[in-house]
Order: sequence, then C-alpha cells, then structure tokens
Amino acid sequence: MSGLPFYLEIGSEEIPDWMIVPALNHLQDSFQSCLDGSQVGGRVTRVGATPRRLVLQAEGLRESQEDSTEVVMGPPKSAGEGALRGFAKKTGATVDQLQTETTAKGEYWKFTRAVPGRNTADLLSEALPGLILGIPWPKTMYWTGKNGPRWIRPIRWLVALLGDDVVPFEIAGVRSGRESQGHRMLGVKGVIVSADERRAKIEREIDGLIAGKDLRVKPDPDLLHTLVYITEFPTPILGSFEEQYLKLPREVLTTVMRHHQKYFSVENAATGELAPHFIAVMNTDADPDGLVRQGNEGVLRGRFNDARFFWEVDQKKTLADRLPDLAHVTFQAKVGSYLEKTHRVVALVKELGGNEHAQRAALLAKCDLTTDMVKEFTDLQGIVGGLYAKEQGEPKPVSRAIYEHYKPLSMEDSIPSTPEGRILALADKLDTLRECFRVGLMPSGSRDPFALRRAAQGVIRILVEGNIELPFAETGELREFLIDRIRYYFREVRGFRYDEVNAVLASGIRDLPDVAARLEALHQVRPTADFEPLAASFKRIANILKQANFSNGGPVDASLLEPGPEHDLFKDFDRVRQNAKTSDYLPALEAIATLRPAVDRFFDKVLVNAPDDRIRRNRLTLLSNLLTEFSAIADFSEIVPSST
Amino acid sequence: MSTSSSLGKGKPYFQDTVARLKSYWAERGCIIQEPYDLEVGAGTMAPETFLRVLGPKEYRVAYVQPSRRPADGRYGENPNRLYKHQQLQVILKPSPADVIDQYLGSLKAIGIDLAKHDIKFEEDNWESPTLGAWGIGWQVMLDGMEITQFTYFQQCGGIDLDLVPAELTYGLERLVKFLQNVESVYDIEWAPGFTYRQVRFADELQFSVYNFEMADVPTLWKLFELHEAEGHRLLKLGSLPLPAYDETLKCSHLFNLLDSRGAISVTERVGVIGRVRKLAVGVAQIWNEREQAEAVTA
Repeated sequence: MSGLPFYLEIGSEEIPDWMIVPALNHLQDSFQSCLDGSQVGGRVTRVGATPRRLVLQAEGLRESQEDSTEVVMGPPKSAGEGALRGFAKKTGATVDQLQTETTAKGEYWKFTRAVPGRNTADLLSEALPGLILGIPWPKTMYWTGKNGPRWIRPIRWLVALLGDDVVPFEIAGVRSGRESQGHRMLGVKGVIVSADERRAKIEREIDGLIAGKDLRVKPDPDLLHTLVYITEFPTPILGSFEEQYLKLPREVLTTVMRHHQKYFSVENAATGELAPHFIAVMNTDADPDGLVRQGNEGVLRGRFNDARFFWEVDQKKTLADRLPDLAHVTFQAKVGSYLEKTHRVVALVKELGGNEHAQRAALLAKCDLTTDMVKEFTDLQGIVGGLYAKEQGEPKPVSRAIYEHYKPLSMEDSIPSTPEGRILALADKLDTLRECFRVGLMPSGSRDPFALRRAAQGVIRILVEGNIELPFAETGELREFLIDRIRYYFREVRGFRYDEVNAVLASGIRDLPDVAARLEALHQVRPTADFEPLAASFKRIANILKQANFSNGGPVDASLLEPGPEHDLFKDFDRVRQNAKTSDYLPALEAIATLRPAVDRFFDKVLVNAPDDRIRRNRLTLLSNLLTEFSAIADFSEIVPSST
Repeated sequence: MSTSSSLGKGKPYFQDTVARLKSYWAERGCIIQEPYDLEVGAGTMAPETFLRVLGPKEYRVAYVQPSRRPADGRYGENPNRLYKHQQLQVILKPSPADVIDQYLGSLKAIGIDLAKHDIKFEEDNWESPTLGAWGIGWQVMLDGMEITQFTYFQQCGGIDLDLVPAELTYGLERLVKFLQNVESVYDIEWAPGFTYRQVRFADELQFSVYNFEMADVPTLWKLFELHEAEGHRLLKLGSLPLPAYDETLKCSHLFNLLDSRGAISVTERVGVIGRVRKLAVGVAQIWNEREQAEAVTA
C-alpha cells in the first residue's frame, strides 16, 4: 500500500485483563472513523495489547488532505460597485478574481477560494488526545490531581509515529515520542504484543509440560483469556502438591486453584481424577532455579491447609445447628435475614409439593453461609453445604439438592439433576424474586444488583426443562417481569419466532411446560400450506368482531344459517371442534388448519353484515365462537405471515 | 543461635526486613513514623493516612501499623491467619510517575531478585465503606502470593482528593514467610533467638478467646455509645478533628469486636457502620477545610 504508515502505542500501568479487548476494539473503530472523517486515507491494519500497552498500526495515510475549494456567495450584481468592493475586501480577493453566478433570484457575485489540505500530522495531533481519553472504561481514575484527565490507569508513555516522524501531542504531562518501554523485567524483547501469539505460546508450552506424563489439562477458555491479558510474556510452569490434599473435595481444590491462584487444574488422563499438579502461567521467560514453582507450590499448600482447617473447624457444628445463626446473616437489608428466608422457602417447597427430603434440604440450604469455608470461598456456596450434609449423614437426596440449589448459574449451566433439587432451587429463586419485588428492588436498565434476571431465567428453565406444571399465578410487576423473561427465553434461548411466542402467550399462560408444548406444536404446524392463510383469516375475523364491537358468545342459531358456505362452515366448525378436543396440541392444530377451505369460501360468498340484523348477529356469533374455540392454543391473529 | 543480622544468604530476620523497608523509603523522602497508638483495623485507618491524604499539601510517610481484626483470630492455630498482623504502610502524596519502579526497588532492597521471580499486578480496587474511602489499584502477586496492596486513593471521608496519593501496604508476615521460606507464620524468626511464636502467640490465643467468647457485649455497646457521643461533641467544637478521630477509631474497633461476638443483628449492622462513617466523614470535612484554608494563607 502506498502512503505513510502510522504507529500508536499507549503505555500504561497494568490494565485489568477483562477490560482490554473492548477498549482496543473501541480504539480501532474510533481511529478508523477519524481517518475516514479527516479524509486522509489509510486503514487500521493491526491492533494488539498487553496489560501495559494498547498498540495500533495503520497504513496508507496521505501526508495531507487533498486541496479543495470553497465557494463564498456575495451580493447580487445589481447591488452596485460599493457592494462588490465590500465583498472583495471581505474575502481578501481582488475584483477580477470574482465571478458571477446566475441563480433563481438573479445574478450574484461569488468567490471560489482555494482551501489547502491540512497536514495529516496536524490533524492527528489534534485528534489523538480525544480519541485516547475517549476510550470508554468501566471504571476510571484520576492520577495527576483532582481535575486531571481520567483513564483506567495512569498513562506513562505515548508513541505516535507517522512515517518516521513523531506526531506531537500530550496527555497528563506525557509527551508523545518514539520510544516505548519494554517488559518490566525482560526489557524490549520480553513483550509479545499479539494476544494470539501469547495464547498460542501458553497452549504450546502447556502441551510440552505434560507430554508423556499421562496427564491432561481441563480446557478453561475464560482462565486462558485472563492469563493472556495479564501477561506480556507468558510462560507456563508445572507445579505439584502433596497427594494428601486430594482427600479434600475436588470442588474445593479446583476453586482454590482456579479462582484464587489462576492455575489450571490437571487431571489423570486415564481416570479423569484430579492429579496432584497444577499449571501456573508466569509473566516472565523462565524459572531456572525453580523458585517461582516453589513459591507457587508454597502458596497453594498454604491455601489448601486453610481449606482443610476450615473443613475441620466447620465439622464441629452441623448444618442443622447453624440454623439459628442465619438470623445474623443478612439476605437483603429491606427483606431481612437468611433465617427468615429459610422459613419462607421451606413453606414454599411444601406448597409446591416438595417431599420430606426437599423440605429438609430447604431448611439446611443456607446454613453453609455461616461456615468458614464459604466465608473464604464464596463461589462454593451450596456446594459446600451439599458436601457437609453428606458428611453429616443427611440422606443423599437432601445433600444433592443442597449441592445443586444455586443451579442454573448461567445459560450454559444445567438445572438441578434431582426433583428435590429442582423444587428447592425453584422455591429459593421464586422467593428472592417475590421478596425483592415486594420491597421495590426491581432491576432497571443495566442495573440488576440482585441478579433477578438470572433468578427469573433459572425459574423459567427449571419449570420448562424440569417439566413442572406449576400454575403461573404471579401478579403485578413481577408477572410482567416474568412474562418479559419468558419471551426472552423462548425467543433467544429456544429460537422461536417472536410472533409465535406472541401468539401462544396471547392465549394465556397456564403453566410453562404447557406454553412450551403449545409453542412446539405451533412451530411445527406453521410451515404447512393451510396454516398461515388460516391465520390471516383469523386476523380478519378478529378485526370484523372488533369493528362490530361484538362480544356475544352465545350459541349459533342453526335455523338462521344460509345453506352453502355458511352452513358448511358451521358444520366444519363442529367437526373440527371434536377433533381439536385433545391435549395433544399438534393434531389439534392440524385439525384447525383443515378449516381453511371452509373459512375461505365463507368469506368469498357470504356477507357478514347482512341487512337483516338477526342474520348479521348470528354470523358474528359463528365467527366469534370460531375464534374463541380455536384460540386456546395460540392467538393466530398474532401470526405475521412469513411470505407476502 | 546465630547472632548475625541475617539467617544466611537471602534470609533476613523479620526485623531486618522492616528496617530495610523503612530505610529504603526514608531514602526516598518519607517521614518514618511510629505505629498509631490506638486499635486500628488497617494501616489506612491511622491518621497518618486517613487524614494526611486529604487536602492540597504534599506528604510522604512510612510506618508499621499493627492491625487488629478480631474476626480473623484463629486461637493461634492457623499458620496463615492472625487476629493482629503487621502492615508496612507507605503514603506518597502526590504519587510520583515512577512509583511502580520505586516500589519494585523496595522489593530488591529486601533481597528479592526480581529476575528470578514472577511479579504480576492484578486488579484490586480497595474500598472502605466505614471510612467513605476508595481507590483504584492492584494486589501485587509475587510467585502467586499477594504481597502488597497498591492503591491510588481517589476519595476519603467522601471527599475527592486534591493530589492523588499512592498507598503501598506490605503484608509483613507474608513477605517474611516468603523470604524465610517457612510454612507457618509462627515459625518466622523475628530476631536472633526469637521466633514469631515467642513474640506473639499468647497475644493471638488470649485475644481470640476474648474476642469470640469473653468480651462483654453490654459493656462494648456502652463503650461504643460513650465514644460516639464524645466524638460528636468534639465534632461540634469544629476545631479538634484529631481527638474526634480517636473517638471514631474507638467506635470502629468496638464495632469489629461486637461483630466478632456475633452481637450485631441484621437490622443493626448497616446502621452501625453508618454511625461510624458519620463520625469519619465529619472528621474528614473539618480536617480538609483546615488544610484548604492553610494552603490559601500559606
């Protein structure tokens, strides 16, 4: 590419790993817009980032904008000599440089001024500080003083080169130049700017570390991402711990390694069991004396010792004995303590038909919040309770239900595996939703501090995927909120079309498995030939009834029916009504679809607004009955034809 | 037992490390202060940090602060947890542009060969609701162990800070455990012939018993209310922020004690934190106004 290359590097103190990619994308987009808007050509060809630098390269920039012209309109020619001179003076031109132009209003003087293109370097000098400071960070700081610039961390150096020349600008007392800084320990050769290269290096070297050892590393893309963006020169090392710690629950060990130490866990390749090893990723090139490995092993040993200590201390008091302590653990300041929540959830589990095991699990579910283990490893809430319940001899359905009652934790996570666990998880989440709505803590916009959207999603998934036919009886704002989440679930997660979801929900919500079954049937019948035209007819019927302001659903007077299409429709209606009387929605919908020819003929041949009012009302009654009868599965008038 | 000032190559006594850090920061223009003589939960709560970070005057100070956290006591049984641990606190106000290099230099000064270790800066933004204070920064990880909390202070007592101070908080026990390569904090050699256990074990055991079992709750509440009332009386005078701050610290520690006794109920908890913050914010406001006024007249 011809033209000049451009290089930008923003040097900073360590940026949090999870913020780097969005920031770099924003910088790339805003810089490209700047090039396009300034009309200096060029495009961004490469970006890269480490915790200490955002780097952007572009190519093909012109040295300056192209020269252009600007037309300045003057007085009308008829205004005379004085006005002409005045215009010449104002524009700095001589009279013979002026031209005339004929417009709709007459002949006017004009001056065509040559505008020289500005230097790209000047344009960039002006634009870069704003572009850099305009990167939207989730949380910013100031560092030069109260009214100083804000950024994610202090900016410490700036490199900006257009061709071989520095593009001069300044941010927070740092002047742009041509010198970067290297890795804090390794210097200039210790920086791998490309995240892809760093990722590849980690993966390749991990493979090398475990080669021939009958070990495997559990893939963990999120952890890998973190490690890629927390290092400038990543180098994995393999460490070990004493086998005795394998007696601790695997969940505890992996949480310590993953969340507290950012280590990959290592499994025995043959058995899948946890192996007494871990992989740490250093931000340096080597560990020649094994000091880094020993250091990490020592820290891990300390953490495991802590965990073992917590386990032993926690066993001195059973979960059941901890129940009164929940009075001191706040669930939510306005709602009350976890003890109160526990009592509500137990009652709700009972109400939902939960068995004795489910009720026992509900009673003990939150007791692990008072254990040292959960105070230290909060991610393990529920899991620790389940493990302790098992240790303390609670029946297996009880411990399993406690273990899984926070599930599903995400869209990808599964719902609890047992009926007891599902009822408990359902009751726990439902209680959270009801109580938070009761005291006015609804989510608004992006603010959802109590994760109520996740709780609602959990409730919906457990009901649908667990096939729990709980009557949908919520009221008020919570009802609206849940319906909104139900729509979201069926559209975004299950992939149904929005009008299908609208049609089914418009027919009411008995319970969620029923909604799912109706949607499934509707979705299947939709591509059949008769369905969408029939749906269009239903929409027409709905409009006719609305226009006539007709809501009388009495019986049809058969004696008033005209022979032919009207009577045929009435007969067909009766036939289909018999066939559609099944709780199996697909055959029912298929039966309804067979109404199409009769409905079409009716509209072709029959005038609904008959002059005789008795006949008119009878026809409206027929249509009304038809609509009411066949809208129980879905309100077809909500269906938007897919091909028109 | 050796009487030299070092356990051997690269293994300094606890007190050597403290002395080296102090002299390192003294060489970089810091006042070397002594610990504040009231119970505090962290070095940040000492007035040398909480008050000095406010206002437009420069300040540089380093001190060891024994920090009491009643709920963290483990009867001397846990090799890593302590009721009272020691922080070395450094305040550089304003923060110099090379503050991280200076910090890394301090690690070299206590014998850590950075070329042979792994240093990472991991996001960790410090916040204290009780003090109305927060900052942006990192926990500094050495070979997977957190050795320092590094914070750029942004707000204190609810007031935006004029100059942005850097606060470095070294966890001394952890650091020395690492330097001496021992498993338990109680095995640290404090001075020739004296282990950490000899110096501090009785402290840990007795205060764990007191904090968790013996502290008299009605008495603690009574004391809390007395100190709170005295604090508010002093705040009204408007001229004695330092004595008023002592009362704030007393309240904060009493709150921690009540908490470790399990004596603060759900409904009370947020309210009690709010009462302490009210004192802290009042003190910060008076102190800040005085600092601003002095800067104008100076």
